[in-house]
Amino acid sequence: MAAYLIRRLGYGLMTVLGVLLLLFVLFFTVTDPDDIARKAVGERARPEVYAQWKKNHGYDRPLLVNRAYAASDRRRYTDTLLFDHYRRMLSFDFGNSDADDSSISRRLKEGMGPSLSLTVPLFVFGLVLGVLLALFVAFFRETYIDRAALVVCMLTMSIAGLLYIISGQYLIGMLLKWFPISGFAFEPWLAARFLALPLLVGIVSGMGADVRLYRTIFVEEINRDYVRTARAKGCGEARVMLAHVLRNALIPILTNIVITIPFLFTGALLLESFFGIPGLGSLTVEAIHGNDFSTLRTMVYLGALLFIAGQILTDISYALADPRVRLS
Amino acid sequence: MSSLSNAVVVCLLIGAAWLLRHLWHDRYWRESGLQLWRRRPLALITLAVFLGIGLMDSIGWVGGGGGEDDEVAALRSRTLIDRLFQPERFTEASYSAPLAAVSFYGGQPLKYPGSHLLGTDILGRDVVYRALKGIRVALLIGGFTSLIVIPIALLFGVSAGYFGKRIDDAVFFVMTVLASVPSLLLLIALVMVMGRGTVQVCIALGITGWVHFCRIARGETLKLREAEFVDAARALGVSDRRIIWRHILPNIAHLIIITFALSFTGLVLAETILSYLGIGVDGSWGQMIDQARNELSRTPIVWWNLTGASVGLFALVLAVNMIADALRDIIDPRTRREGQ
Repeated sequence: MAAYLIRRLGYGLMTVLGVLLLLFVLFFTVTDPDDIARKAVGERARPEVYAQWKKNHGYDRPLLVNRAYAASDRRRYTDTLLFDHYRRMLSFDFGNSDADDSSISRRLKEGMGPSLSLTVPLFVFGLVLGVLLALFVAFFRETYIDRAALVVCMLTMSIAGLLYIISGQYLIGMLLKWFPISGFAFEPWLAARFLALPLLVGIVSGMGADVRLYRTIFVEEINRDYVRTARAKGCGEARVMLAHVLRNALIPILTNIVITIPFLFTGALLLESFFGIPGLGSLTVEAIHGNDFSTLRTMVYLGALLFIAGQILTDISYALADPRVRLS
Repeated sequence: MSSLSNAVVVCLLIGAAWLLRHLWHDRYWRESGLQLWRRRPLALITLAVFLGIGLMDSIGWVGGGGGEDDEVAALRSRTLIDRLFQPERFTEASYSAPLAAVSFYGGQPLKYPGSHLLGTDILGRDVVYRALKGIRVALLIGGFTSLIVIPIALLFGVSAGYFGKRIDDAVFFVMTVLASVPSLLLLIALVMVMGRGTVQVCIALGITGWVHFCRIARGETLKLREAEFVDAARALGVSDRRIIWRHILPNIAHLIIITFALSFTGLVLAETILSYLGIGVDGSWGQMIDQARNELSRTPIVWWNLTGASVGLFALVLAVNMIADALRDIIDPRTRREGQ
């Protein structure tokens, strides 16, 4: 087990380094620091302002080799953009925003609360509701209820997320006036009122794909031999579904879920910016509108980091459950 | 620009004709195709109509057929759809409701009363025309991007799976790195660093979509490499290139087609998000929806812009989703549903 753990963690670290290299190529060579500086200070800024901005934001060093130092000096390779990029990202020192010079780490901390207050309930309610609905549909498999449910799933999957948000805001926020259209508050009760609509929209828009997937998993489990055994020993159909099928189907469902955890972090992008929730999604949208490359870089890095961590955890739990994985 | 677009259309048509002829002569593909037609006739007709309009909107030439009164328009290449709608003349001053005789605000008589089937937008452009123009953009985003990306993904995926060792390690590492970045964030980052524009968005979508195809090609090739018929071919002295071409590629083709259909809808829907973020493709349905998103709060409500774009988007995505679903049942026996 220890050998497997080390190997898996080592590969995870390699992947993180690879992601950082990808980010370096994208943010320092495809768009180079000169572009970023020009977008930040404007096309017609004086050369001194331009140079000062680059210096303040740490963009004034050469890319790979710093020829200001002698060949024997270590700083020839450490005082460069590449090394600095790796050092800062790996030590979680994200520096300041390219757009307004605010500290990125501070803004991340501020945005975490509102983001999680949306994504965690979204995740939990979505999962529970999706599993229950899928269980219901799988119970009535091969009947008209099942057919109708699959058609509804297909229809709801084909609508763009943007439309769910726009129509949700219009129908529930404007016409029915059940909840405020957008906004956020830090007091729990007020926040719940503001979060109700985005939660509803988020759950409805994701439901179709989830129910379809879980239904497939359930139906696959229902055809297994142990279900026949359970029926043969006299279990009622409800007990078969809840005690046997649901428990066994949870494993594939959970593996699907773990992979979506980092996507929640990015999936809230649209919801947050439409409903005015000052979370990490809104931060990303602001970064796009403000050409804020350093914030964007940080968000991409963190998203990837979360994803890699999630995958390592999934793999380790697999290895704990199944000895064959460890040995291969 | 127009000659390039025309040439691409001709190439695509020739390629499609060749492919269809080829598939028709293969019993397996012919039967799968007929089965698909029996199960999803409506979706296939919808898709064919969309493809036809997309092609009509890609064939264009300069001059002739109206628009000469406008000097700029006379020099620009105009497609068949442009010639049908005459967008330079067929406009109003601002909003007008569907089939209305007077303008929406103010009530002045329109230039073309009762002829705008879905009204006009804030700049007075006909909504039906704009929605039809969106078809070509959507097909470009979903289909054309994949068509370019699939051969590259196959090259890497199949050679990684077949040759293994160093090649596999390298390809697998690149795949892991690209797959680790949440795709929406990667998409945003790519468009941001490459700059806004249609080509850039297509390249970004290609880079993010590539991994998906590559992973499937690699996984299947790994399995097929151990298959007995590949062993037999190798024992007979068949070269690697021929084994890949004759024995491996035909056996992963069905998976690639299913993945293509599934990724198509993903790409089209992803573009709407990019449009909302202001980094989408010009003239897409996503942009129309984005521009129309505040119109619902006008009094009286302006709904036709949003409707035009969303109906187009919904119809295309639904048709492709239905086809993908049926295809999966027909050609992939492992995911075949219970009782079918």
